[in-house]
Amino acid sequence: MLSPEETQAIDHEVAIVPERRSACLEALQIVQRSRGGWVDDEALADVAQYLDMSTAELDGVATFYNLIHRKQVGRHVVHLCSSVSCWLMGYPKVRATIRKRLGIDFGETTADDRYTLLPIQCLGTCDHAPALMVDEDLHRDVDAGAVDAILERYE
Amino acid sequence: MTETPLTDLARPGQEPLNLADYQREGGYRAARKAVLEMAPGEVTQLVKDAGLRGRGGAGFPTGMKWSFVPSGDNARHPTYLIANADEMEPGTFKDRFLIEETPHQLIEAMIIAAWAIQADVAWIFLRWEYRLCERRLRRAIAEATESGFLGTDVFGSGWRLDMHLHISSGRYMCGEETGLLNALEGKRATPRQKPPFPQVSGLWGKPTIVQNVETLCNLPHIVNNGADWYQGLGVGDNAGTKLYGASGKVAKPGLWELPLGTALRELLFEHAGGMRDGLGFRGLLPGGASTDFLVEQHLDTPMDYDHVAKAGSRLGTGMLIVLDDHTCPVGMVHNLELFFAQESCGWCTPCREGLPWVADMLGALERGEGRQEDLATLAEQCDFLAPGRTFCALAPGAVEPLQSALRYFADDFARHVSEQRCPWGES
Repeated sequence: MLSPEETQAIDHEVAIVPERRSACLEALQIVQRSRGGWVDDEALADVAQYLDMSTAELDGVATFYNLIHRKQVGRHVVHLCSSVSCWLMGYPKVRATIRKRLGIDFGETTADDRYTLLPIQCLGTCDHAPALMVDEDLHRDVDAGAVDAILERYE
Repeated sequence: MTETPLTDLARPGQEPLNLADYQREGGYRAARKAVLEMAPGEVTQLVKDAGLRGRGGAGFPTGMKWSFVPSGDNARHPTYLIANADEMEPGTFKDRFLIEETPHQLIEAMIIAAWAIQADVAWIFLRWEYRLCERRLRRAIAEATESGFLGTDVFGSGWRLDMHLHISSGRYMCGEETGLLNALEGKRATPRQKPPFPQVSGLWGKPTIVQNVETLCNLPHIVNNGADWYQGLGVGDNAGTKLYGASGKVAKPGLWELPLGTALRELLFEHAGGMRDGLGFRGLLPGGASTDFLVEQHLDTPMDYDHVAKAGSRLGTGMLIVLDDHTCPVGMVHNLELFFAQESCGWCTPCREGLPWVADMLGALERGEGRQEDLATLAEQCDFLAPGRTFCALAPGAVEPLQSALRYFADDFARHVSEQRCPWGES
């Protein structure tokens, strides 16, 4: 069941588009935010029903977009830029450091559910590469030596 | 002195100008003039006369694009204006700067464009990762709405313009204008058949103009200062300024507003400070990941649409990605093709199947498992994925750096095969 807060937020998005289903990405974002960072099967079905869509169609939309998570993620999502400017500036070393430090690579979550590591398309801050985001925070000029201090800030 | 109209009001490190401060600097004067004193067709003509061309990559003349929107008795409403703020071309960070530093400049520009095409609703399509842009835009839209610059009665003219912000959920394909439309409608961001073009049948089937953020930000200055002034800003026949930038191992990576048509050599060696100590220049992608490499012989090319095309590449976003002589060109192209293979939307077969094949082959070369015939196969794939053979421009863009790397760095590719290893080792 969608919570009253969720339906209220979804209604706000539905009101500005001509078709209910057009608000489905906003609705998935809303549900994802309120439910620990991912959209489980039940939430997906609830959103689909609320927007008069088939569950399968909504899943087709949800799985297309890399920022809608259909699998459980950790308390903090680390998005490491893997695009070309960060590659030139040594992102593979940052990735290797995270792998060594946390024991996870792209697509994996630590056993204590603290971090999930994902690649992300160019973060648009290439004059300060390598870059990564932890949750909503952007970190720039991240060399391998800075990784520990950044990760520690996220319990 | 070089004029920098788009970035004059930027104050990096500080909060952007709020509505009152922006107005004190002359802000919203142009939008007010357009809406209250100019007919929509006059605004379109002014933009045509100014010679403004799209800054998102394609370089299409902006005023001409607007003139395709049905008007007068043929007008259909709602008509939509969309700012493409889904900046996702690797190596590109200019629209982020414009939005973060001057959110009101974008809103003012959108009012002018919306008036010209008689739009009813304006959308800003913003990627989620640009969190600071979202915060600043939300505040600016609220300020503009409270002041009556947006909403039911824009500047007291009786014209209504609503503005909404869409926060995207990712995927490079959303930057393609018809993919963007599908995403905004809550669908998978696959491309649409053209024609009909979005100007006629766009968002929810209604007339729609999609413009890049930087393109839009030129509009207030054109309205304030006129077409002749704008024409005079560029080098030679070029109109206006351009936000150029550089990333990679240059001495001073960054972003600069310069006359459109500034020479590549000046960008690389003056503004970006040349290569870092101890490194040499090998080549660069002049306008983002989906543009052909340019090399030493091209450094005197003026960075404008026509000259970069003549040199065999595209101006694209005008943001240089620079390759140094201590980095493996094959490895760089491998990274690029992994990106494009991942971002293929899967709609058409050559792109969906071809790009992963290309990326795998480059990976094999890097691991020392390349075969002699792979180089011919890679060249053949560039032909299979050429313009006209795929549904949209993603795959043709994806093979631009590959086809040019095969030409300019042929020896490097050959060494990967003959030595059965990457000569640069782990990079």
